Amino acid sequence: MAPVPRINDRGGLPGGPIDRTEHRWADWEKTTDALLMLMQRKGIACVDEHRRAIESLPAEQYETHRYYAKWLAGIETLLVEKGILTRQEIDRRMEGS
Amino acid sequence: MGSPRFYPGEIVRVRTGDPSRHYRTPRYVQGKRGRVHSVRGPFRNPESLAYAGDGLPAQYLYKVAFAQSDLWPGYAGAPDDRLFIDIYEHWLDDA
Repeated sequence: MAPVPRINDRGGLPGGPIDRTEHRWADWEKTTDALLMLMQRKGIACVDEHRRAIESLPAEQYETHRYYAKWLAGIETLLVEKGILTRQEIDRRMEGS
Repeated sequence: MGSPRFYPGEIVRVRTGDPSRHYRTPRYVQGKRGRVHSVRGPFRNPESLAYAGDGLPAQYLYKVAFAQSDLWPGYAGAPDDRLFIDIYEHWLDDA
């Protein structure tokens, strides 16, 4: 069976119409951006690791989640991968919010 | 660090591959012939950096020009339209 190309490698494939409406960033999106910048500045993860983490998301999540939601999922993957947080800690905190 | 393998003006061919790991050479240029526009310089390899590797040995990065008509079947734009894309040396061969 031929290897499946990575889900992000879609240059030139049909992508549907472009949504040109202006998008105001929500606070959580700005915070996500800042969090990644902080992680890079602290040497926790680099942009390449973050791209790889996003590319590794389940296909359905990759296709349907918004840009910064995928950034955040990638950040979560890396924080768990590097032993900074556990999934249980994240889940517990989410339940309490 | 050695010298670049390719120089501006050279014709190169992009390698083909279907890595299961992170890569930066999109399929739409894989296997295609292009012309080196400029040498961007050496950079640590993102295929290694993506997995917390040190990215060494560094690879030269090239801005390579492709004819749009070579990339897209039925391309309807101007015949001399080009696409520029940055490709790492280890993905390039002599044409």
